[in-house]
Amino acid sequence: MDILQILISDSFWAAALRIATPLIFGVLGALICEKSGVLNLGIEGIFAAGAMAGWMAVWLGAGLWGGLLVAALVGGFFGLIHAILTVPLGLSQHVSGLGVTMLATSVSYFTYRTALPQVSSPPKIVPFQPLDIPVLSDLPFVGPVLFQQTAMTWLALVMVALVWWVLNRTPLGLAIRAVGDNPDAVDAQGLSVYGLRIGAVVAGSALMALGGAFLTMSAFDSFFFGMVNGRGWICIALVIFASWRPGKALLGALLFGAFDAFQVRLQTEVGAFVPSQIFLMAPYVLSIFALVIVARRAEYPGALLKPWFKGQR
Amino acid sequence: MTNTRVLSLNNLSKRFGSVVANDAVSIELHRGEVLALLGENGAGKTTLMNMLFGHYLPDGGSIDVADESGDMRPLTLGHPQAALEAGIGMVHQHFTLAENLTVLDSILLGSESLLAWRHKRKAARAKVGRIMQRTGLTVGLDEQIGKLTVGERQRVEILKALYHDARILVLDEPTAVLTPQEADTLFENIGAMTKDGLSVIFISHKLREVLAFSHRISVLRHGKLVGEIATSDADERVIARMMVGADTPTTPREAMAPGAPVLALKTTTVKGDSARTSLHAVDLTIHAHEIVGIAGVSGNGQSALARLVSGLATPDSGELLISGKPIHRFTPPVMQKAGVGRIPEDRHHDGIIGAMSVAENLVIERLRDSDVQKYGFLQQNSIRSHAQDLCKDYDVRGPGIDADARLLSGGNIQKLILARVFECMPDLILANQPTRGLDMGAAAEVARRLLEARARGAGVLLISEDLDEVLALSDRIIVIHDGQLHEAHTNDREAIGLMMAGEQA
Ligand SMILES: Nc1ncnc2c1ncn2[C@@H]1O[C@H](COP(=O)(O)OP(=O)(O)OP(=O)(O)O)[C@@H](O)[C@H]1O
Ligand SMILES: [Mg+2]
Repeated sequence: MDILQILISDSFWAAALRIATPLIFGVLGALICEKSGVLNLGIEGIFAAGAMAGWMAVWLGAGLWGGLLVAALVGGFFGLIHAILTVPLGLSQHVSGLGVTMLATSVSYFTYRTALPQVSSPPKIVPFQPLDIPVLSDLPFVGPVLFQQTAMTWLALVMVALVWWVLNRTPLGLAIRAVGDNPDAVDAQGLSVYGLRIGAVVAGSALMALGGAFLTMSAFDSFFFGMVNGRGWICIALVIFASWRPGKALLGALLFGAFDAFQVRLQTEVGAFVPSQIFLMAPYVLSIFALVIVARRAEYPGALLKPWFKGQR
Repeated sequence: MTNTRVLSLNNLSKRFGSVVANDAVSIELHRGEVLALLGENGAGKTTLMNMLFGHYLPDGGSIDVADESGDMRPLTLGHPQAALEAGIGMVHQHFTLAENLTVLDSILLGSESLLAWRHKRKAARAKVGRIMQRTGLTVGLDEQIGKLTVGERQRVEILKALYHDARILVLDEPTAVLTPQEADTLFENIGAMTKDGLSVIFISHKLREVLAFSHRISVLRHGKLVGEIATSDADERVIARMMVGADTPTTPREAMAPGAPVLALKTTTVKGDSARTSLHAVDLTIHAHEIVGIAGVSGNGQSALARLVSGLATPDSGELLISGKPIHRFTPPVMQKAGVGRIPEDRHHDGIIGAMSVAENLVIERLRDSDVQKYGFLQQNSIRSHAQDLCKDYDVRGPGIDADARLLSGGNIQKLILARVFECMPDLILANQPTRGLDMGAAAEVARRLLEARARGAGVLLISEDLDEVLALSDRIIVIHDGQLHEAHTNDREAIGLMMAGEQA
């Protein structure tokens, strides 16, 4: 099998979309936060919290959609902590974000360990199953790639459209874009800078948590330590790659998914001669290159990282 | 004018640290009235209006606003939303625009319910179109704010306030960045709107428009209301007296023979990304002992010229010589080294670093000098004593040399920049809208310093939309239109005005 064959195989593209799904949630979440002017480095920990909370809820009998709701709420809660520290209190967004990542990760592990003290093989849940849509799922190529994914992948794609619509077509999105560029503009129109920013960070964090939940509720069927594995950080980079646009964010996530799916397949081809670490590294190296090329032209939200206080010059 | 009250400010006070910005100020406004609020830079005008609009919470006092049926009701203080709902619209002195939005979006911001699932852009477009037609203030609705000139941004601000159907309109120096013609049109239209019941408070340093368009004048000095006078009883001298407590001296202009060229542009072309940021094969020479005034309507290439001379733009063809030496690399430090001192157009944005102290801002352009820095360490003592001296020489007033520069009033920021620029004895001074927003005293001070530099042997490139200023200061006047320069061989306001509009004299 040569490279070309990999690229035109439906299983490759199906895998790319599957790998991209958590990143789509994460990058959209980070994008909403940053559009409002707040960098949320809590993302890595919020992924872990979402993965753990969603899975635990399902395990306790909440049902899959109930599990997603719980994950989103937990993500929103950690987002709220970050928002309160950075928006009205104006603390460093970097420090607070990293703090939230450590806190959320540890709390998730702690809860898991306390709930399940001595298990050697973690309990499993029944995760989201691939959809089986009559006719569509049986189409050649598009069937396996698009119509045999789980509901969460579809949810992610719907979210891309929804976030785009909200940001570009609604008064709320306009206010979020404005508050991330010049809070004074929003304040002068009688809108609440704090309210908008806190709301955006909470909503964005809830989305991030869904990305985490995908890992335990769709990609795998149980929770284990270290399963987030840097996906949150990749999302932070992808937002810049996407120049803060939902459509490009989808593209970036897919690109990364494709790199990753490709390296797995390439490994089975030439793995005998090349150390496997090279392959594991490849998607990250390629994203760095993509980022370097794109990010130079990126237009940052004007007020990103800058705290704003009412009544100050 | 009917005699119904629509607004009363009762004993409003506000202090910032040790600065008393407003001290028990009371003002009344009537339906259909145009009130001009005057005072020196730092007198507390903006602070007073910011309390009215809810940006600042007063330390004491109250505000009553008439509702639609004319009953006076107390206004909830400290909430812009409450002010907007009470029918108060405000155009701020400093832009409150997000640069990433389009003009239409900026106007729409805050006018619709945040829960609406989509904008009503079409209806909004029509409404803004009607307002533009009525007021003569036109801007491309789909342009991005970041790409607009300062004058255009000001138009957007005014449109924004009018769009919200204000019954009381507060304009904090609305015409500071408009051309005289634009200002006149604006006020004529505001005059028409007051016939429909709009009441207006405007702040201005331009006595000409105050005398022409207001009904009543209130004057603040050091935070206190020091006088109120009907405009029909006032003239420039009376007002100046009330504001300053004394007459302002004007510097006489001596005739001088021009010396060697300090700036020469030879068929220089700058291709910007739009017409207003381009220059087309222009020739320009400025000599020592000479002030050359560039008159023109904003957006005709002034910013390209200013960017070129300050080293922010590189010419696409042609040459630029400073004191006879051609410039090859266009960066601000190169220009500065060659002897260019710049007074930028947007002093808050390009002139100072707001989060750094006054003392630091004063040395920011000469970090290599040994009295500022030794072995890579800042010389705090000499920087501070240097700042103390300069602030005294240039009369920079404010919370002190260690305070953040953003806390200074506009006039004092400009004095800070003047001090920094003139101290380096530049051969060529780029003065871009140097008196925009300055009170009479401060403007006279800028004029005096420019004339002083001219006497010393500097050449001055004066870019200004204030034709009166250009006429008063310049040895030669050049009109800029559509990226081209035309020498005006006349001092006639009318003729130059026609040239500015693009008609050949
Ligand atoms: N937020 C603030 N913090 C500290 N000091 C302030 C603040 N706002 C205003 N001041 C100070 O209060 C005084 C009044 O300022 P204000 O902006 O009201 O003056 P102004 O009359 O509008 O002047 P200008 O004509 O230059 O606009 C100034 O000394 C200013 O430095
Ligand atoms: Mg002011």
